[in-house]
Amino acid sequence: MSADTPRDPESRLTGAHLLVANVALLGGIVTGLLQGLEHAGFAFPASDYFLRSYYHSVSMHGVLNVLVWTTFFIAGFLPFISARAYAMPLVSPRLGWLTFWVMLAGLVIAAVPLAGNAATVMFTFYAPLKAHWAFYIGLTLVVVGTWLITLRLGLSQRAWRAQHPTARAPLAAFMSLVTMAMWTLASVGLAASMLFMLIPWSLGLVPGTDPLLTRTLFWLTGHPIVYFWLLPAYISWYTLVPRQAGGRLFSDPMARGSFLLFLVLSTPLGLHHQVTDPGIHEGWKLFQAFLTFAVFFPSLLTFFNVVASLEIAGRARGGKGWFVWFGRLPWGDPSVAAQLLAMLTFCAGGIGGLINASYNMNLVVHNTAYVVGHFHTTVGTAVTLTYMGISYWLVPHIVGRALWSRAMALAQSWIWFVGMLIFSTALHELGLRGMPRRTMISQASYFQPEWQTLLPWVGVGGTLLFISGILYLLNLLLTVTVGRTPAPSVPEFTESAAPPEEGPALLNRLRPWVVVAAVLLVIAYGPTLTRLVVTGQFNVPGLRVW
Amino acid sequence: MKRGATVYLYELAWILPSIAIPVGMLAALLVTAFGAGIHVPSVAGRIDPAKVAETPPFDHPGVVQTGPLRYEVRMVGQIWSFTPNEIRVPVGSTVTFVATSRDVIHGLFIPAANVNVMLIPGQIARVSARFDREGEFFMACHEYCGIAHHTMGGKIVVEPRS
Repeated sequence: MSADTPRDPESRLTGAHLLVANVALLGGIVTGLLQGLEHAGFAFPASDYFLRSYYHSVSMHGVLNVLVWTTFFIAGFLPFISARAYAMPLVSPRLGWLTFWVMLAGLVIAAVPLAGNAATVMFTFYAPLKAHWAFYIGLTLVVVGTWLITLRLGLSQRAWRAQHPTARAPLAAFMSLVTMAMWTLASVGLAASMLFMLIPWSLGLVPGTDPLLTRTLFWLTGHPIVYFWLLPAYISWYTLVPRQAGGRLFSDPMARGSFLLFLVLSTPLGLHHQVTDPGIHEGWKLFQAFLTFAVFFPSLLTFFNVVASLEIAGRARGGKGWFVWFGRLPWGDPSVAAQLLAMLTFCAGGIGGLINASYNMNLVVHNTAYVVGHFHTTVGTAVTLTYMGISYWLVPHIVGRALWSRAMALAQSWIWFVGMLIFSTALHELGLRGMPRRTMISQASYFQPEWQTLLPWVGVGGTLLFISGILYLLNLLLTVTVGRTPAPSVPEFTESAAPPEEGPALLNRLRPWVVVAAVLLVIAYGPTLTRLVVTGQFNVPGLRVW
Repeated sequence: MKRGATVYLYELAWILPSIAIPVGMLAALLVTAFGAGIHVPSVAGRIDPAKVAETPPFDHPGVVQTGPLRYEVRMVGQIWSFTPNEIRVPVGSTVTFVATSRDVIHGLFIPAANVNVMLIPGQIARVSARFDREGEFFMACHEYCGIAHHTMGGKIVVEPRS
């Protein structure tokens, strides 16, 4: 088996990240439950001690789930999987721990105002809603921490290449580095907004800011961040799940090619979140809608490659026909089942995303509950349920104990899947009936009777998701505390039916692709950002209106 | 699965539709945008958010008739209301909304007419819609704008032509 014992540095480091991620998830699912019940008609339990308002809850829910749970999971998982793929320790464990402490410090600094209702600005923190300065500084530190991960993975790849000058980088390590390179490039928007605008403004160093410019910089980072969440799930789908299911990867070069396309195409399309914004020319919105369709292509390649790999597994297990092989996959393995269900849900999520990004079609769905339904199938399931599936082997490995209950883990995966089906279908439909998102809807002055029949289902789905989330966390807690030793072995990496050497050498390189990505980013955003800066007024004062 | 020609065919059979689907969607989108004229908000000017009350046309918010069955609604969003918050037009009217915000970001959402636009301090928003059905329709702020966000709404009354 592998050289890394539970006591090796990467496992400990990964464990520290996962602990923070799962604590955040607990906060995320508790707030989520209360919000689902509010939609179902129960009064929101606002109090001076915990959640001051529905909007305080939504802000916590967003930050804890999509900023903390995801980022800390990724920060633990990618270095772990890279070290295994290289079959060597990553360079500088000290840098790894520095990264962790920077990110944790940032999180704590941001969490204090957030928990204290001084940052009830949602995870999108659109100016001129003005949070306490610590919120912006803390989040910026978390982003700086992620840059250190890129640095460490980059240095590790260089060290590996020095020992293997002619070999192709192992797939999982290559994909991890591509993911971090993409994210680092994409995070320049958020970093610029924080450093030059929001932090000086929240500290009172400048009197005003420009809401449209900060919003545009936010979405420059805010769309690629969804690929930052998604690509680690893809890494598991490509490099681990086919092997866990007993198959082989259909094509390694195709997998590398799709990741490089994600690197190039993930960033220049954030304007599709701003289709309804005045002050941005519709031509650039159309251009970025086109690029959004283009990024659908590597997702379809992924779909083909992963499904073909699973089909190899299903047929090897005696599955036949067009669809029967799917049932023959090892559905009894909770790690596999969770990720298969995540993939199924993502089929709906991906198509829904195309609808949202379709330029004028966005007029029907923008800022409605439809969008909430959508991203709970993507980040809320494709990503989250996959991370849970990964945790089902990763956490036992880290602590050296077997998963406490496989049956509970299986049940948890299915409850999440069914709960999300109910929750997200109801929200999609409510959005089409004109219900806005991020709104304490049972108290809305314009409440519509045609929403009434569907709203209880939001509560039912939300409750199932809460139960599932608790079962997941409880299983991990019991694994860590009373699980039996030893842990089963970690899934090995998938072998590829088409090895990397079949692909062109360009698929083994990163730098030219980063250059192309940066150029495309400048083309897609340059004119709009230049105009916004030149015509910017920077005179809008901040407000605390919660 | 055998490698070689069969695999190549499988790949091709997948890749070609993978290109055709997004290209087809783009075509549909171009047809609706330029053929059917369904546009999204674009650049329509800036305004000093501190001087909204003195700046035309927002110094006189309200509904103005600009032609036969043509109206312009000059609207200001602020925490937590629209001015005006009740709009009456005859059925079949084309209504142009010229709107801005005095404080934080709001949204103007009228699902019945697919009016969906953000009101951003410092920016003027301009969108048009036709109201072809008689009746009373709601409008709502659909961007979180503070503790009473859910109370920010209004109505459009589409009346029979007199």
